[in-house]
Amino acid sequence: MDQLLENFSLDLFVKQTVLFLVLIFLLVKFAWKPILNALNDREEGIKNALDSAEKAKLEMENLQADNNKLLKEARAEREAMLKDARDLKNKMIEDAKGEAQAEAAKLIAQAQASIETEKKAAIADLKAQVANLSIDIAEKVVQGELANKGKQEKLVESLLDDATLN
Amino acid sequence: MKVLSKTITSLTLGLLLTLTAFASGDKNKKGHGDPVNTPEEINEYIQHHVKDSHDFHLFSYFSDGEEHHVGFPLPVILWGENGLTAFMSSAFHHDDNGKEIVEKGGSKFVRLHGKIYELEEGATEVKFDDEHHPVNASTPFDLSITKSVFGILLIGLLMLLWFGGLAKQYKTKKVPTGFGRVLEPLVLYVRDEIAKPNIGPKYRKFTGYLMTVFFFIWILNLFGLTPFGFNVTGQLAVTAALALITLVVYLFSSNGHFWSHQLWMPGVPYFLRPLLAVIELAGTLIIKPFSLMVRLFANITAGHIVVMSLIAIGITMQQQMTAVGSTLLSFVLSLFITLIEVLVAFLQAYIFTMLSALFIGMAVEEPEHH
Repeated sequence: MDQLLENFSLDLFVKQTVLFLVLIFLLVKFAWKPILNALNDREEGIKNALDSAEKAKLEMENLQADNNKLLKEARAEREAMLKDARDLKNKMIEDAKGEAQAEAAKLIAQAQASIETEKKAAIADLKAQVANLSIDIAEKVVQGELANKGKQEKLVESLLDDATLN
Repeated sequence: MKVLSKTITSLTLGLLLTLTAFASGDKNKKGHGDPVNTPEEINEYIQHHVKDSHDFHLFSYFSDGEEHHVGFPLPVILWGENGLTAFMSSAFHHDDNGKEIVEKGGSKFVRLHGKIYELEEGATEVKFDDEHHPVNASTPFDLSITKSVFGILLIGLLMLLWFGGLAKQYKTKKVPTGFGRVLEPLVLYVRDEIAKPNIGPKYRKFTGYLMTVFFFIWILNLFGLTPFGFNVTGQLAVTAALALITLVVYLFSSNGHFWSHQLWMPGVPYFLRPLLAVIELAGTLIIKPFSLMVRLFANITAGHIVVMSLIAIGITMQQQMTAVGSTLLSFVLSLFITLIEVLVAFLQAYIFTMLSALFIGMAVEEPEHH
């Protein structure tokens, strides 16, 4: 203890205290404060960058999910549209078919009707011509036959036979 | 690369040790014409080394039976009876026994065992009492740049240069380059491993002090291991000043919560509380700073004494072990101890800073909300 006290130099104690306080002051002002501030700023910057990266990642994921959803929706819509189109096509074909059939039937009916009329007209015409022809023939026959009496009578007889047969 | 650096390290250490051994081997007891070679002389030499000194002595050598000193003088600044006086320490001509009288500014000064005395008016030489204390001289206030002060100034300047440079680097870039790359992790280490965990959320205010203490002690400890013979952190006055500053820092930053626990410890029977207050106060005001002071001083001084004693084996054991044997033994042992001292240099800086941070943390701790 005596040796310790003898080793203790008050002069050095005072000098060390003063010098050390000055050193603390200078270092705090010119070194520690700027260094700690810079380190803090840097750490904050790194933390922020990491946070925003994480956020960006999340956003990216959200975006991707949205994209997928949109894609799915688009695909469904396309399917629906295709289906509609197909249905429309089928319906149009059906309609067209029906209409065509109806038209054809109408045409056929008209044709048949006109054929019938034509037929009737033709028959009537034929009948008239036949009648005329018959009259002509009959005239000529009658003219020929009526040249002798016997033949006239025969004719009348046969005509009468025919008439009975009728 | 690793092998190369290892080789360089071991070479440097080897050189360091041989230089120290050389210095101690050639050192001479003042006033004698022969080297230090008896146990008594070695003991005195070691005692002398761990003390502060007014000149910077590197080594001595002998030629033609004369002693030559290699080193440089330091300024002596004194505040005595006749005011401020300054002269170089070379004026004492390496005398440490009060024989050489320096007259300056109307006062007469002598140096005796590392201390400077001012002779009384009319005295022409120092007179001693029975216990070899001077009777006709007073001690002026010594503002000299002694070896320790020189060391403090040198380290202070180095720290300002290094850390100021590091601070400047951050102005232009985010990550330092060069030597700053070595310093930055150390700064981060002190902040994250010492200041933050021990002090808590208020660490920022005290980090500057803790950094200064840590690097100051560490670098000075390491300088003490070089053959330049610094022993700054082994000076009781220096460690006392550091411990006192820590005491002042934690006393002035303490809060009401801290003092309520100091003076009236809750959760303890009432009749025990005054007793506890006495113990707590003694711990806070005396034991904590005292332990800080003595721990650093004793560790560093002991380290210096052990290293020098082991180096001295090379001289003292020569008769028993031959010159080669004793030198080899001294080399191996002092190499081993020097390596441990490198660790101790860091450890003591860490412990001092860590305990300072812990004491500050206790003083500023906020009451816990349960």
